Amino acid sequence: MVHCFLIHTICPINVLGAGESRVLYSRVFGPDENTLDGDLGPEERRLLQKEKLLVVARQVRSAVALSREASGQVVVETVPGEEGVALMEADSGVLRLRAGDPFSGERSALWLGIQSLGFTLVCEPHENLLLAEGTLRNLARHCLEHLHMLASGSEVLLKSDRIDVLLSRLLPHGQLLFLNHRFVQSLEKEVTAYMAK
Amino acid sequence: MYSHGSESLIKQAREIQEPELQKFYSRIAKLLQGREYGHETIDSLQRLYLILSATKYTRMLPSELQKRLLSLLLSSSVEQLQVLCSAVLRETLPPSGQELNFNQDTSSLLSSHAAVLLLSQTGSRGDLSCLSAQLLRSLEGRPSEGPAHSLTHTLPIINTILTHSPECLTEDHVTLLSKKLVDWLRYASIQQGGGASSGGFFTGPRSRQPGPIAELDGTVSGDFFTVLCVGQGFTEDQWMNVYSFSMLRHWLLTYNSTSGGHTTGDTASRLQLSLSLSHSHSHSYDDRSEVDGSVVSMVSATSSSSRLLPPKERLREKAFQYCQRLIEQSDRKAQKRTDTELQKACLVEAVCILDSVCVEDASLVYRAFPCVKALYGRLSSDLSFARVLLPIAQFYLNHGEMAAVDCECVWKLVFGRFPAELFNDHFLAHELLQFLRQNLGNLQLRVPQYISSFPNLLKFLAWDSPAVVDDFVDLLPSLVTAGTAVELLHSLLDLPCLSATLVLQLRSMYFPISEPGGRGLLSLEAFRSPSYRGLFLFLLRGEAGSGNCCDTIARLNKLHELLAEAVDWARVVQCAQTVPVLLHVYFNTVITVADEKLLAQLILVLLERSSLLFNIPKYIKEIHRVFSCHLLRLCKLRPSLVVDQSHELLEFAGTTANVFSKEDVFTHVVWVLGEYLSVSSDSRCSVELITSCFESLEAVLFEVTSSAPPPGEAHAAPRVITSLMSALAKLASRSHDLIPRVSLFLSKLRTVTRGGSVPWCSNEEDIAAVVTRGEELWSLLKVPSVAQIVLTPPPHVTTPQWHRDTNAAMPLQLRALTSLTQSH
Repeated sequence: MVHCFLIHTICPINVLGAGESRVLYSRVFGPDENTLDGDLGPEERRLLQKEKLLVVARQVRSAVALSREASGQVVVETVPGEEGVALMEADSGVLRLRAGDPFSGERSALWLGIQSLGFTLVCEPHENLLLAEGTLRNLARHCLEHLHMLASGSEVLLKSDRIDVLLSRLLPHGQLLFLNHRFVQSLEKEVTAYMAK
Repeated sequence: MYSHGSESLIKQAREIQEPELQKFYSRIAKLLQGREYGHETIDSLQRLYLILSATKYTRMLPSELQKRLLSLLLSSSVEQLQVLCSAVLRETLPPSGQELNFNQDTSSLLSSHAAVLLLSQTGSRGDLSCLSAQLLRSLEGRPSEGPAHSLTHTLPIINTILTHSPECLTEDHVTLLSKKLVDWLRYASIQQGGGASSGGFFTGPRSRQPGPIAELDGTVSGDFFTVLCVGQGFTEDQWMNVYSFSMLRHWLLTYNSTSGGHTTGDTASRLQLSLSLSHSHSHSYDDRSEVDGSVVSMVSATSSSSRLLPPKERLREKAFQYCQRLIEQSDRKAQKRTDTELQKACLVEAVCILDSVCVEDASLVYRAFPCVKALYGRLSSDLSFARVLLPIAQFYLNHGEMAAVDCECVWKLVFGRFPAELFNDHFLAHELLQFLRQNLGNLQLRVPQYISSFPNLLKFLAWDSPAVVDDFVDLLPSLVTAGTAVELLHSLLDLPCLSATLVLQLRSMYFPISEPGGRGLLSLEAFRSPSYRGLFLFLLRGEAGSGNCCDTIARLNKLHELLAEAVDWARVVQCAQTVPVLLHVYFNTVITVADEKLLAQLILVLLERSSLLFNIPKYIKEIHRVFSCHLLRLCKLRPSLVVDQSHELLEFAGTTANVFSKEDVFTHVVWVLGEYLSVSSDSRCSVELITSCFESLEAVLFEVTSSAPPPGEAHAAPRVITSLMSALAKLASRSHDLIPRVSLFLSKLRTVTRGGSVPWCSNEEDIAAVVTRGEELWSLLKVPSVAQIVLTPPPHVTTPQWHRDTNAAMPLQLRALTSLTQSH
């Protein structure tokens, strides 16, 4: 199961401190892990969950920064219309999140860094990472295309329902799916129909 | 991509004032009163979502608005509204006392988006149990007349519930779902789905005929439907086949390990029961396995009849067959690239499922092994399938012994080729290290190649330190054994060099021809030149114990020279930053496995390597700090080591140059000599030894305090000087003939510094500190017997015995008795 999906910044932001990351979209699948065991109030639970996601975003941000620094890669801005190129040049990696840091069990954070934004999937450690990688790339491609993320608009903030629908088809309730190209086509048709509205 | 516009939107959303917000709430409430919902409504809902989600503090909605949104979520047929209502409600909390309760709503199926909300706000395990019961009821009934995907989200929801609390599903539920899974996995339709979704111009009578499903390479499929089968459209049960397989592994892992270990006696009685039950169920709608006569099935023809097995075991059998079929299907050449990637993912999943099924039922190993072995044979020479070979290695590790199969070749691949050739594959590194971590016990016992291949494994660390250092902190202790300790220490210290070498190796591969002109790297030239080949090859070796360690240590200076331009490569710097951490882990572990001889060797390595380190800024200082810390610990643990290695330690301490180039280590060596070079630490310590040590240290102290530091070096820190003085005083307290010499020096020092500035120290405070310490020692040494007790305390003072010592115990006992009697 995928625990959560995040879209967050991986570039420096003036108003934030160094190393901080702004979470633009977050979606946690399933019941809150804090609910079933702890005895916090619902507001505190929500706060705790948001804080944990922020921790993940920060860790991924620093992982991306270190990876880019080590490979000496220069981040090239691409223009809308070049989503395929942007995706091909994206760097990707996987980060181990130890038990307790920040989730109660061990997790793996799979990330895809496209210029100044990162797409992160947090999975269980025994997850099929090959499948998760493919799913993440697919999700990122759709987000780039349908939300025009290569432009400087803010659709990722104002049209988050599109991401919700995308997730409900390609990653329903956090379930990674073994979809061959025909199944994907069928789901993508539904997604495109939704986006057209 | 991320613009000021987005930043200011978030800021606005967070800083919206309460009155404005309330106005916004009432406007939305009004908009939602009507029947029609236009762009304005959608837009407002989206902005509401942004306002609620932009801040981590919860905002509460007015309860009327909340109720309206909830009813819209449940009743609306417009998906966009459902999505938005679900998203908004997820970001806020229901007013207390009105927690979501869907129990009464059994007539209509819960939409996926409503279920999302329910799951996210579920308060307890009881709620989850209710939800799961409701979902399973909906599965039990006849196929609904609703839209095609109405049932498909059921399985992902159940899987989510399983992840969080498997006990929410009762035994009956598990049985029911096992049966359903068997039907969907094994008996899904093998005709293509009707082209219902692709209506329009081209629906004529001919195109309405659905044909059989096909394989990924275009040929017509000859066996049951799997995720690797394609068709123009898909039927509902084919969709359920996909969803079932997607959750199969998790299902098997959850319910097999919690099944409570059935014994064979149990199985027999359950067989009896299921026999009698199967008669009565033979006409039930659910059990379609009766109908599968016509399919010519490759896989299922070879398996025994499984109809008599209880549901869980039957599911296991069908899962087994499904995985075997997937493995066969993955050999076909897919027409699309994404399908090739899917085939790899399916192989990984299939092997993992086979592994867990065999763990549960060992009798399946004999059927599974030929299949897995054949797969291994097919893939072992192709490094692009490396990530598929890891689950195969896991299978061999778990079941190889039982099947009496030789696993040598697998380990050669995993510990040999993978790290050597694929060190720069992030995902492989992560998965391989995870495999090592999860099977550590087993590997240490049964796979000797694991420990001896540490030079290869370290390549992952040298290449991508930040990503894998965590894993190595966990793995390193297992690699530290008496046989590998010294070589491992050298390898850890040489990690930055390895990092630079790996960069050069890759560059050498990508640019086989040297670039003419200035842009060529000197280090790359050196890497390619035959005269230094040996050095680099030693660093790149795959196994411990090969090659001559000492030989290379002697040429390390040359290596550092050749790699000089690599000191500011980002990768090398990142690697250097992780070395101190790992050294701490190393030393903490090595003291538990090393005997006295090995510890002595390690001290020598410390002393030798402190001057043979790659010259990355701050690296040398950090390593010296680690060395000092652990030198101290080692000597504290085994004080006799100091006397044992006194010759080498003295050589180190007697070299004045070390005061300036290795200050940290020097200070600690001097301290250790002063503290432990005594008869109480080791009876072999003679007066001659103490005297010769004294003389060496005295000479250094004279030199340092009589002239300015050599050109290019900073002043010696006062700590060095005071530690030298203290060491001399300690040694003198053990051999009283030396006391006059020390006292003379200390009084001379006082006289000289009274004159004002001195060439060996520029700071007045520092001079004052040195002089104060000198005076303390001088006064102490005036009374030799006191000096001896203070500077060389007998062991019973440094290791107090408390209640074990009759002298110290008496007052303690009396006090305890008194307080006991007084408490009544």
